[in-house]
Amino acid sequence: MSVTTQTKGGPGPASALTPVHGRRRFVDRSMRVLVFLAFLLALIPLVWVLWITISRGIALVVQPEWWTSSMRNVGPNDFGGGAAAAIQGTLTQAAIATVIAVPIGVLTGIYLVEYQEKPLVKPISFMTDVLTGIPSIVSGLFIYALFITTFGFSRMGFLVALALTLLMIPVIIRGTEEMLKIVPNDLREASYALGVPRYRTILKVVLPTAMSGIITTIMLGVARIMGETAPLLILVGYTASLNPNPFTGEQAALPLMINVERGNPLPPGQERAWAAALTLILLVMVLNIGARFIGRYSGIKR
Amino acid sequence: MTAYSPPDSEEDLVKRSTGRLGDRTIAFLSTASGVAVIATVVLVGLFLLWRAVPSILADQVPFLTSREWNVNNPDDLRFGVLDLMWTTVLSSVMAMVLAVPVAVGIAIFITQYAPRRLAKPVASLVDLLAAVPSIIYGLWGIQVLAPAIKPFGDWLNSTFGWIPLFAPGLTSAGTVYSIGVVLAIMILPIITAISREVFDQTPLLHKEAALALGATKWEMVRTAVLPFGRPGVIAASMLGLGRALGETMAVVIILSKPAPGSEFSASIFNGGETFASKIANNAAEFDSPEKTGAYIAAGLVLFILTFIVNAIARYVIHRRKEFTE
Repeated sequence: MSVTTQTKGGPGPASALTPVHGRRRFVDRSMRVLVFLAFLLALIPLVWVLWITISRGIALVVQPEWWTSSMRNVGPNDFGGGAAAAIQGTLTQAAIATVIAVPIGVLTGIYLVEYQEKPLVKPISFMTDVLTGIPSIVSGLFIYALFITTFGFSRMGFLVALALTLLMIPVIIRGTEEMLKIVPNDLREASYALGVPRYRTILKVVLPTAMSGIITTIMLGVARIMGETAPLLILVGYTASLNPNPFTGEQAALPLMINVERGNPLPPGQERAWAAALTLILLVMVLNIGARFIGRYSGIKR
Repeated sequence: MTAYSPPDSEEDLVKRSTGRLGDRTIAFLSTASGVAVIATVVLVGLFLLWRAVPSILADQVPFLTSREWNVNNPDDLRFGVLDLMWTTVLSSVMAMVLAVPVAVGIAIFITQYAPRRLAKPVASLVDLLAAVPSIIYGLWGIQVLAPAIKPFGDWLNSTFGWIPLFAPGLTSAGTVYSIGVVLAIMILPIITAISREVFDQTPLLHKEAALALGATKWEMVRTAVLPFGRPGVIAASMLGLGRALGETMAVVIILSKPAPGSEFSASIFNGGETFASKIANNAAEFDSPEKTGAYIAAGLVLFILTFIVNAIARYVIHRRKEFTE
């Protein structure tokens, strides 16, 4: 911006530069417009998806029964219904995955940053990259091959949680790693200088400093896995009823509910599909925006 | 954890574990977690191989080059991945071709043009695109987006129909053309985020040098920012491509399955199945180990494909790091 103003009005011998005009000025201005248009172009699908989901799903989502009842005894022709079973299934599976993935992810992140002299840092970092790239369907297929084909388990919610764990671990590792890396080394050195042992330095100095960033990472990780559908298709059956036990039988989940209801061409089914979609988006967005809020208003300033 | 080499520097003295219980515990736990990560990835590869190989060996047609897929008779397995490979690669490459220019434009807008105060909120808006679950993109894609972009597809059909890629195909909306656009939207945020990061690292001296030579803002971007960020953009595109290759649910919902035995067509105006959608579409029918093995074999090929694409991305990034650091 500054250049155009400097060169444009530079008459006389003081300026050796020729004014920018003609083709160069045209290209410069058009590119400025173009990159802005690229940004607007990206906003179109965002606003469009959110608008469609809200406008088609809101009628059902604002009814209290939506949140409190299951789809049990609701026929394909009946309007209404509830997502309680699906919400409960999604939250249970996400919670199990989080409980397993967070310790493994955070500890591995600690290994990668705090034990940089150890020999396994490079292979672990490489494998984390590989794990990041594994498609969710492959993760589901692996759990299927391991637990169902090999060990003879039957399909259940817990296996979904395991597949989700695989998807969540690399997110937590990379996030933790990034957060620990921006903890100033002065803090560690000050702690060591006071004779504080390494584990206390990690637990009492490094982790608390990076805590808000790690929590942000965890929330983003949970948000990412809650919308995953592919492992659900392979690893668990859908049921209309509430099933609080992830270790037996079929269990509903929001993505599964969307998938089942979208197959019902009648208006009640379509309405339920969009309402379930809106519920899922609400859950994911609350986690996302909450994570950004925590990340922005606390922790280390870069 | 037990044997330590003698300290050879002051730093080593400071950092050396004191051998207390707490030190040993946390070192053990973090090592164990790291080893668990390595073991998991190795297990994924091994198990897919172990379950896929018997079926591939029993396959009556060449696995990589056949278009057949008939696994209902365990004694006469006939399955090949050629069609799956074509549809997967075609839709993902189309998504990448559409997404990369837009993502680079957004990244340049955020890092070079947007006022500093606005850059962060603008970036988070684009990131929010990644937060929408893929099943919702699928639902929106088939019901809303596909009908809306169909007129443009019809125009491509009638004007460029002589190019095999744009030859007329299905009349319904469940085409590679529709899913390509949806996938492009889904991979846009990841490509934008990485490109943004590398453009932001352009040395100020390069930019100031360009401006001092009388470059306009765009000429500065073209001569300083873009060349510096190019490896990053290539890596970002590859990571986006990897994401698109493995995308399942949106593809399952949007792409219509072709009739068995239908003739091959190169056109994007056809349906088809990708590796991921093939597996997901048939997940309810995994009954015999031979049959399941065929689908696991398809999953294995997808795993290898995404691994290669991601490896290229990492190679490009690492090579650049060696140059700049």
